[in-house]
Amino acid sequence: MRRAGWIVLVGVALVAMFAAWLTPHSPGERFEDRIYAPPMLVHVIDSNGSWRTPFVYPVRLVDRLERRYEEDCAHPVELRWFSGGVIVGVPPGEGGPWLPLGGDGSGRDVFARLVFGSRLSLGVALVATLGALLIGTLVGGAAGAAGGLVDDGLMRLSDFVLVLPAMYVVLALRASMPLVLATPAVFALVAGIMALVGWPLVARGVRAIVAAERERDYAQAARSLGMGRSRLLVRHLLPAARGYLATQAALLLPGFILAEATLSYVGLGFPDPDASWGSMLQEAGNIAAIADAPWTLVPALAIFAVVLAVNLVVEAPEFTVLPGLGRRG
Amino acid sequence: MARYLVRRLAFSVLLVLVVASAALVLTRLAPGDITSEQVGTGVSGRTLAADRSRLGLDRPLVVQYVEWLGRAARLDFGTSLMYGRPVAGLVAERALNTALLAVVALLVATLVGLPLGVIAGSRRGMMPGLVRSGSVLALSLPSLVSSLLFVFVAARTGWLPTGGMTSLEPGAGGWLSSLVDLARHLVLPAAALALPLSATIERLQARAIADTLREPFVVAALARGVPASRVLWRSAFKPALRSVTAIYGLIFGSLLSGSFVVEIVTSWPGLGRLMFDALRSRDLYLVAGCAAAGGAFLALGGLLSDIALALVDPRLRGSAEADS
Repeated sequence: MRRAGWIVLVGVALVAMFAAWLTPHSPGERFEDRIYAPPMLVHVIDSNGSWRTPFVYPVRLVDRLERRYEEDCAHPVELRWFSGGVIVGVPPGEGGPWLPLGGDGSGRDVFARLVFGSRLSLGVALVATLGALLIGTLVGGAAGAAGGLVDDGLMRLSDFVLVLPAMYVVLALRASMPLVLATPAVFALVAGIMALVGWPLVARGVRAIVAAERERDYAQAARSLGMGRSRLLVRHLLPAARGYLATQAALLLPGFILAEATLSYVGLGFPDPDASWGSMLQEAGNIAAIADAPWTLVPALAIFAVVLAVNLVVEAPEFTVLPGLGRRG
Repeated sequence: MARYLVRRLAFSVLLVLVVASAALVLTRLAPGDITSEQVGTGVSGRTLAADRSRLGLDRPLVVQYVEWLGRAARLDFGTSLMYGRPVAGLVAERALNTALLAVVALLVATLVGLPLGVIAGSRRGMMPGLVRSGSVLALSLPSLVSSLLFVFVAARTGWLPTGGMTSLEPGAGGWLSSLVDLARHLVLPAAALALPLSATIERLQARAIADTLREPFVVAALARGVPASRVLWRSAFKPALRSVTAIYGLIFGSLLSGSFVVEIVTSWPGLGRLMFDALRSRDLYLVAGCAAAGGAFLALGGLLSDIALALVDPRLRGSAEADS
């Protein structure tokens, strides 16, 4: 299961990196005739029941008002591989644009938005994770190495931040900034705010590790050989927290992906023309649209997949069971 | 014990004060104010200035803050700039809705999570594996995702209302039908909120039970011939509750965070929605009031979890007194 988790994570990372090879459409491109168009699935069996190379049925707008679409089963279009700058696509001019996951309320390609959206969603979460690790390591390292009043003060502070409902803090901090900002500014701001909220657990763990390592023989020896405090901290004490930091990173990342999605969902994250998983969900947010065009919920599934993969990767080892109580299993 | 309670109370007051003040100051420092929405709608600059001075927004931050603090000390939290109603009433009404949602979700999560945790932590074979897989799945369905999916299912099937708190006309029907109506509206948000929470509780309880079962007193009880189920559900259950109870204080924070998302998705008229609207329109006193209510909620949660912890673990009763 761990391996499955890794495969999903690596896959998502590859998708984010090579987004442009996966779809010829840009995330902002609108197709007038594809508003809430249904997904164009890939078929391998045609209407006669015989196998053929992968193809799709073109979709035709039947009724613009009712947004009714019809599959044209008489004219299947074969997929073309490695042409037009993408790995797989539909030859231009045949059957109109191929929207593998349908269209959204503005007639944009949900698949293209999902694929390109992973860049913003995962990028902001990654940057925030690194930021939170950095702040946490600095605070925890300082507290663990200094001890005394500094230690007390910093740990009280981290306890306080830990108790606060994270989402509200993120929301309040974001809302107190200008509400409308350019995309890079939103990216930096959201990542910064999430890092500012996410550090306390990191700091507590790092502090505990550093405080314990400080008393070990090798640290005492280094000290007595005349090694400076900060050098000792950076060269010898902090590296002991590496494993802990990796685990914390894995725990923070899903939370941050979700925080971005929530912020964008309520309209305080990435503004609409930008594609992020959250801003896509915001567009899907009205109930009528969800019921009629469930494919607009695909970003929610993407979030689920990433969170699940992370959970599989960091899942604790098997719990051992006491023999006397195992009988009735 | 009395000293401990006093300390605890002082901390709670401080928490509420700090959170509310921070929210007020932050909103006041934020660019724009409640009148900004009218800019560019043809309202003259003089009218705007008059509005701002009528609402007291043109005074320095310190003056405004001290005045608010003075009134808040007398439990007067000001008037909402957006709704023109006293903040206290608005917040109380919405906070009650959030509390209802949160308490129901917490109850459900506990009632589902604890027994499953005990089973997963003590048995062998298929069951623990199933429970565990279920938990990992549920943990990966955060409230945003689960509430959207539930809304989708509800909208498709029409089994449950997809949003709001009531669909009856006010005053229509008896108390029973309005209660049923409320319960029907509560199912979806409460389930979305409880799902990841119950998984968290299950995981913790499973680990705690597994650890407790390795303690000498359990082995001794089994060796004396006490039936395994009795050992599990009576002797081991209570001490194993410690780790779940210990995180209740933190759970209240995540409950609030989660309920914000759920309230927005399912349009449950709670504190989260109110705070969000207040933040967006820079309704400072309302923001501060919401923050104060949130702070009070957290403080209460912390207090309750401490009491529960003392009930579960007698050893802590002594240390709490020693601590003060």
